[in-house]
Amino acid sequence: MMEALTLFLEATARTAVPLAFAALGECVAERGGVINLGVEGAIIGGAFGSLIGASWFGLAGGVIAAAVCGGIIGALFAVFVVRLRANQIIAGTAMTLLALGLTGTLYRASYGTTGAALDIPTLPVISIPVLSDIPIVGRAAFAQPITTYLLVVLVALTAWWLHRTHAGLALRACGEAPIAARAAGVRVQRLRAGALVYAGVTAGLGGGVLVLAQTGTFAEGMSAGRGFVAIAIVVLGRWSPVGTVLAACLFGAASALQVFFQASGANAPYQLFLALPYLLTLLALAGFAGRTRSPAALGLALDD
Amino acid sequence: MRDTAPAIVLRGITKRFGAVAALAGADVVVERGTVHALLGENGAGKTTLMRIAFGLVAPDEGTIERNGRALRLRTPLDAIAAGIGMVHQHFSLVPAMTVAENIALGGRGAFSTRDAVERVRRASVAAGLDVDPTALAADLSVSMQQRVEILKAFAHGATLLILDEPTAVLPPRDARALLSQLRDFARAGGAVVLITHKLREALSAADDVTVLRRGATVFHARVTDATEDRLVEALVGARAAPVQSTHGTPRGAPVLRAEGVGVEIDGVVRLTEASVSAHSGEIVGIASVEGNGERELLRVLVGTQPIARGSVERPARVAFIPEDRHRDALVDEFSLTENLALGDAARRRGRMAWRSLGAEAQRVMSAFDVRASAPSVLAATLSGGNQQRFVIGRALRDEPQAIVAENPSRGLDVRATAFVHDALRAARNRGSAVVVYSSDIDELVELCDRVIVCFAGRVREVPATAAAIGQALVGAAS
Amino acid sequence: MNYTLARNATAAAVVVCGTLALLAAIVAVAGYAPGPALEALWRGSFGSWYSFTSATLVRATPLIIVGIATTLAFRAGVFNIGGEGQLLVGASLAAFVVLGVPAGAWSVPLGLGAGAIGGAVWAAIPAVMRHRFGVLEVITTLMLNAVAIQLVGWLVHGPLQEPTHVYPQSATIASPAQLPIIASGTRMHAGVALALLLAAGAWWFATQTAAGFRWRAVGANPHAAAVTGRIDVARTVFIVFVASGALAGLAGAVEVQGVALALYESLSPGYGYTAIAVALLARLDPRAVVPSALLFAALEAGAGAMQRDAGVPSVLVKIVEAALILVVLAFDARQRRRLAVAVVA
Repeated sequence: MMEALTLFLEATARTAVPLAFAALGECVAERGGVINLGVEGAIIGGAFGSLIGASWFGLAGGVIAAAVCGGIIGALFAVFVVRLRANQIIAGTAMTLLALGLTGTLYRASYGTTGAALDIPTLPVISIPVLSDIPIVGRAAFAQPITTYLLVVLVALTAWWLHRTHAGLALRACGEAPIAARAAGVRVQRLRAGALVYAGVTAGLGGGVLVLAQTGTFAEGMSAGRGFVAIAIVVLGRWSPVGTVLAACLFGAASALQVFFQASGANAPYQLFLALPYLLTLLALAGFAGRTRSPAALGLALDD
Repeated sequence: MRDTAPAIVLRGITKRFGAVAALAGADVVVERGTVHALLGENGAGKTTLMRIAFGLVAPDEGTIERNGRALRLRTPLDAIAAGIGMVHQHFSLVPAMTVAENIALGGRGAFSTRDAVERVRRASVAAGLDVDPTALAADLSVSMQQRVEILKAFAHGATLLILDEPTAVLPPRDARALLSQLRDFARAGGAVVLITHKLREALSAADDVTVLRRGATVFHARVTDATEDRLVEALVGARAAPVQSTHGTPRGAPVLRAEGVGVEIDGVVRLTEASVSAHSGEIVGIASVEGNGERELLRVLVGTQPIARGSVERPARVAFIPEDRHRDALVDEFSLTENLALGDAARRRGRMAWRSLGAEAQRVMSAFDVRASAPSVLAATLSGGNQQRFVIGRALRDEPQAIVAENPSRGLDVRATAFVHDALRAARNRGSAVVVYSSDIDELVELCDRVIVCFAGRVREVPATAAAIGQALVGAAS
Repeated sequence: MNYTLARNATAAAVVVCGTLALLAAIVAVAGYAPGPALEALWRGSFGSWYSFTSATLVRATPLIIVGIATTLAFRAGVFNIGGEGQLLVGASLAAFVVLGVPAGAWSVPLGLGAGAIGGAVWAAIPAVMRHRFGVLEVITTLMLNAVAIQLVGWLVHGPLQEPTHVYPQSATIASPAQLPIIASGTRMHAGVALALLLAAGAWWFATQTAAGFRWRAVGANPHAAAVTGRIDVARTVFIVFVASGALAGLAGAVEVQGVALALYESLSPGYGYTAIAVALLARLDPRAVVPSALLFAALEAGAGAMQRDAGVPSVLVKIVEAALILVVLAFDARQRRRLAVAVVA
């Protein structure tokens, strides 16, 4: 039973970490007033980038390449929604399509039409002495690849930046009342663009985790809708970095439960577990879990 | 930096928006230690000029000097760095943030809520402006929001404060207090630019006065050298002084009537026991300082504001001319024909008779001098005056029994304003009941047969003279 | 909607030529021969009567219907990106009803009606949430897309699974419930004609009727619609939302009764999302939705042939689709700037 619980927590973490990476950046973007449906594209871009980076420069190169590829997609998205004030939903959808198409094509062009599996070594697990020996939760929390620890650091830094710096305050103002923020001397466009690049970087890292820390390989479309999950996670996490991680864990747990039920052959509708986090998110939005309010200017371009 | 150099000098400023010249050679010199009134009618270019001084608008030509040094402003950030603060007519606070956060906005480096609150507390004591730093901006009253705006400017180190019509939204006592605080700030070495269209305010609160007309400086003097008559002349040019308009037709039966109406919005009482009637063949003016219930009263008359108490009698056809043309009256990306059809969109059924609607739009265009090549052009491509003529023409075309107009000449030049007035008078003379709200007392005196004042949610009829209206506006008993 | 025919034709020609040029360029850059790739693309999409009807037109059908749903919604300021979920729920309800009710002459309209109701119900959820709680429909419809996918998964593994309980799909629907084939020897079903009729009807509705005018007014400027037009904006938005969902649900029923003939998980290869691109390329004009959907359908149909015959990865057309959207967005931005200058003047 204990072993099963440990496995369950490990599976939870495995699903949650890439989602949390993507949702963390999405959270920042949305606090700045931009809903980024291109996050799915940044994940797949990061995943492919990490494959290229890792096969040329090793694992560290893979992590950096994931971040860079995600960042480039974020920057392109920023050009459209910030500079050209394009509709965020449509531009985001286009980013996702573009990244899926590019990575699929490049993958097939570089690694053959059969898409032969290619393996790269995965990031080693770093066990923190003592802590990783804690029963049940130890392995899930403290015997993780370096990227998981990177996530923890990024979450802390992001939370600090968002709430404890003037720049973070300014970004939140951009998401609430961009015209007022501009009148107060905030560079709305620049901050939003920065937030979108950051969102791309973290989503790219999320994609990198899929390749470098989990599967050791790339597959077409391996982002598998995680970008859309990330958007739900941000809502459920009430637009806060720490809440985002907790919500990602909930999604991870739901997915792990589903796998368990399916594997155990129990005749439970496992799809319910997969749908549950979304239903919870909807309930939260409807006000059943306290006040959940999106940034007031979410989805709107700054008109002048 | 020389000590005697003016706080700010704007020289030869021109600014065109498309084909329209908003500013054509405006000059202003604001000395340090003074309150400087910038006077002008609606649309004279006051606000545009000051938006240029704050880096929100880039001038086409002209120079700016601050404390004797040339200044180039690309964004408000440059202006803030140069010690310029601006309090806009429509406040720009972030509603979801606290006072302290709003004031901290625009700062750099680490941010701590506790420090920010403490700083605001100290600043509010120092400036004599009492605010609660932890209150949410969304919960503040209008005068409190203004205080926060001023504190915000001080917190950014402003030594030159520009205020756009700051007293327009204040009850009289708060307005007097504000003006005296501004004088204190100037005495302590600061400088203040007061954008206003109120003569008396300029004469009583300012040291210097500059008058803009049609985008150019036409008058500049110390207040001690300026008289009300000279200012009026500078403001309106050769325009004749307002005359009481004459009845075209005898007043007929009441057409539009509100009896004992009460309005509450989100639990706040906006109107109490309001009884107003407009008869066929008269123009009833509504005077009010913004936020005293006039908005609700107009919408009750039109029928778009639900009432909590009382009763309203309304004829079948009530036309409404809203104040904010772009927001409430026109769909920019619709053609003129489509905008004409918008007029009673809710009542239309079945198919749209585009052909006859197009002809109708053409008729409105020629009858109301709307200059556009065809009814199929987009509303967005028309100039402001043409748009307003179209809006008025649409409202009046089917001779409605009642017309409710809200600041119908806002943002229009003298000629366009005269056109609007003539159109409303013509409607009155045809037997319509016309209700006009205007923030300009002179306009009411000139246009209306009777005047009703809204103050603190209550209505009262007053004689249609500038003095009587002015007194009632500030709540003085007559 | 006041483009002249000539301008439309020019625009369409530019779009098609540009798309082909771009495709050829990407194929070349990716290291394949553009000639054979384009030839395969043509063969797979327009090259033969069979490929045109059975591949392109059949794929275009759901894109047209959901494209119209998206067009009408976006025009009215309703950002319903839940077309995918509404399509799936419509397909599910249609399958449920036609499988559960004895087949007969009424089966086809019954299934289509059930699909429309399913989509409408699924769209009513975000509509209520927008109305009651002010929640952005972009987020809620996205959530409901995910829920709908799980719903279909549960149905085809559970209550609607075929009798042998081996395959994750429903039983095949009886032939009276299937949409008739309207060109013998092809897979072109009556849904294709229905889609074209709907496109014409949507255009007529949006431009010629008072209700359609109100929808457009609410989308273009809700304040003016309320103040000057005295339109009940909240009610209109709700109706638009539900109607748009009903159309998407109808598309799901058409897929089930015309193409899939059963319910299964991969019923829609993202028609709901592609339809957003279709609507955008059509500049939210219902008439233009048809050629726009044909272009996307031809690209996807041709992509399969391109991969099979020329070895060019089919996923490559996604790049082209994305580029098309981005070009339109950039073009719109330029137009908006021009308009903005005009507004100030």
